[in-house]
Amino acid sequence: MANAARSAPRALNIGQQLSRFFFLHPRLVLLLLLALPLGWLLALYVLPLGLLVIQSFYRVDDFSGVMVRELSFQTYGALFTPSNLEIILRSAVMAALVTFACALIAFPLAYYMARFAGKRTRSLLYLAVLLPLWSSYIVRVYSWKLILANEGVINWLFEALGLGGVRDALLNLPVIGGSSLSFSYLGMFFVFVYIWIPYMILPTYAALERVPRSLIEVSGDLGARPGYTFRKVILPLAFPGIVAGSIFTFSLTLGDYIIPTVIGNSSFFIGPVVNTLQGTTGNVPLAAAFTVVPIVIMGAYLLVARRLGAFDAL
Amino acid sequence: MDVSSQIAVRFQGVSRAFGEVRAVDAVDLEIHDGEFFSMLGPSGSGKTTCLRLIAGFEQPSAGSIQLYGEEVAGVPPFLRDVNTVFQDYALFPHMNVGDNVGYGLMVKRTPAAQRREQVREMLEMVQLTGFEARKPSQLSGGQRQRVALARALINHPRVLLLDEPLGALDLKLRQQMQIELKTIQHRVGITFIFVTHDQEEALTMSDRIAVFNRGKIEQIGAPAEIYERPRTLFVAGFVGTSNLLSGERARRLMGRDGLFAIRPEKISVLLANQPPPEGALCEQGTVRDVVYLGASTRYVVALPDGAELIAVAQNSARNAAALRDHPVSLTWSREDAVLLES
Repeated sequence: MANAARSAPRALNIGQQLSRFFFLHPRLVLLLLLALPLGWLLALYVLPLGLLVIQSFYRVDDFSGVMVRELSFQTYGALFTPSNLEIILRSAVMAALVTFACALIAFPLAYYMARFAGKRTRSLLYLAVLLPLWSSYIVRVYSWKLILANEGVINWLFEALGLGGVRDALLNLPVIGGSSLSFSYLGMFFVFVYIWIPYMILPTYAALERVPRSLIEVSGDLGARPGYTFRKVILPLAFPGIVAGSIFTFSLTLGDYIIPTVIGNSSFFIGPVVNTLQGTTGNVPLAAAFTVVPIVIMGAYLLVARRLGAFDAL
Repeated sequence: MDVSSQIAVRFQGVSRAFGEVRAVDAVDLEIHDGEFFSMLGPSGSGKTTCLRLIAGFEQPSAGSIQLYGEEVAGVPPFLRDVNTVFQDYALFPHMNVGDNVGYGLMVKRTPAAQRREQVREMLEMVQLTGFEARKPSQLSGGQRQRVALARALINHPRVLLLDEPLGALDLKLRQQMQIELKTIQHRVGITFIFVTHDQEEALTMSDRIAVFNRGKIEQIGAPAEIYERPRTLFVAGFVGTSNLLSGERARRLMGRDGLFAIRPEKISVLLANQPPPEGALCEQGTVRDVVYLGASTRYVVALPDGAELIAVAQNSARNAAALRDHPVSLTWSREDAVLLES
């Protein structure tokens, strides 16, 4: 009896048969699972990016102003003129300074959150870091324009504290100064740091949180003073997180369009230039070539980061 | 020679409180130079906190800790001549094996050539010759264990602290590492302080054992002493298993009131009609359960008043299972029953 029951296949209903089929074909399940995200990525990211790169090798006819769909390096010749190189350099220097400042400010906070803060404090800080991201980015940038304006609260604070001279000295600094904070590189730098800093804090925190306490203790146990432990153990292990954060802050600053348009002295950055080129000027190939610049810079940046061992501990 | 120089570690009234919890409660302790000393106890008994107090990761709330006669309360870990092997090994994931082992020398700015040579020697001692370039992630649990050991020994500490270092290894590897640890200790000739919750490990490896319970030391002694003459109920139950005799039975058999412990293997199981040896104590009962343990057999014997005694006997030709539900007499000599402190 028992044997007969075992040898006869159990009657399966349609749902069970389907489950059995999927169980026996795990690769098919994987394919179904990835079809949507991979299709999305290919259709909406990879393909347009490829088209963009191709377009950067097109050119605009100087007389007719019509785009010529032939591959050439002519557009890149136009990209590497001194005035355009200055725009790229300005954007890159700003992005680098913003990234550096974000890392400098984010690290101590992330370190405190990961190693010392209690559960409650940590949740509160986490919330405080994320909270600004819940409101519109454009609204926040325009608020900063008001805050930084000559009639704004910062100016008022300088006056109230009798530090008007300090403000004037800051604004009189060559290059980074200007007629008011909202019309200077200095103000733009502040707003960039403010806007992007959550993207630096969170990955740095995540990396620091994964450093086991025993690694820090064993370093001290083997004779290392806290400073040595910091340089040889904590920093290298937090480095991938800082690099991840810097990828955000650097690339977001490099290509940003809103902040250089709203804050600052209307000198050109990559984002606004791309906007002008593809809109007003109608030079899509040059706009595309400008867009390729941040991609290349980020690629080079990641290579250098890997050389420095940023991803060794992953 | 100064007597205190023979004492590697001395605790005098050491306490460590975490909020309301006294993890270590007024502990007095002396560990001799060159000794293999085990701290044995269940989790939360304070043994690991004691180790961390010696390493300097924790500071005592009260009391005095001396390393070779020198007060170390307030001295940070990096100024102590003590190294630790961590439970999770704590190998630096971003460094290869060579740099992990050589870390202590790197801190001391030992020249690279000299460092390489010493790393090589250390890796040879733990039988990992040629492993310098591997990453910790490429090693097995046992190999990581050896790297951690080599790293802790390269600074030639006077005391090596081991925090349950064998806990994550499987049984065979653990037994092999137990022997190896003893060999290495003989070779380097320094004090080993070994924290474990495994009583068998403590019994086989140690010169002396301290049994911890609730932040206090219940008993300190050589393995045989701890096992044969447990001082308290906790030690009798935590280190091996014990039968307890108390109340009327203690009065009748031992001739006095009190709580007595007797090891199962000290009790012989005789057929009910066999006469007990001269002078032996004897109880009648019925075999309730017979458990085959390989080398030996465990008998659970019910006494007429409902209490149970457990006896363990070497397996011989006798068919042990046939004794189930049969009347037997249990006998033991008077000196094998140990009076416990109440």
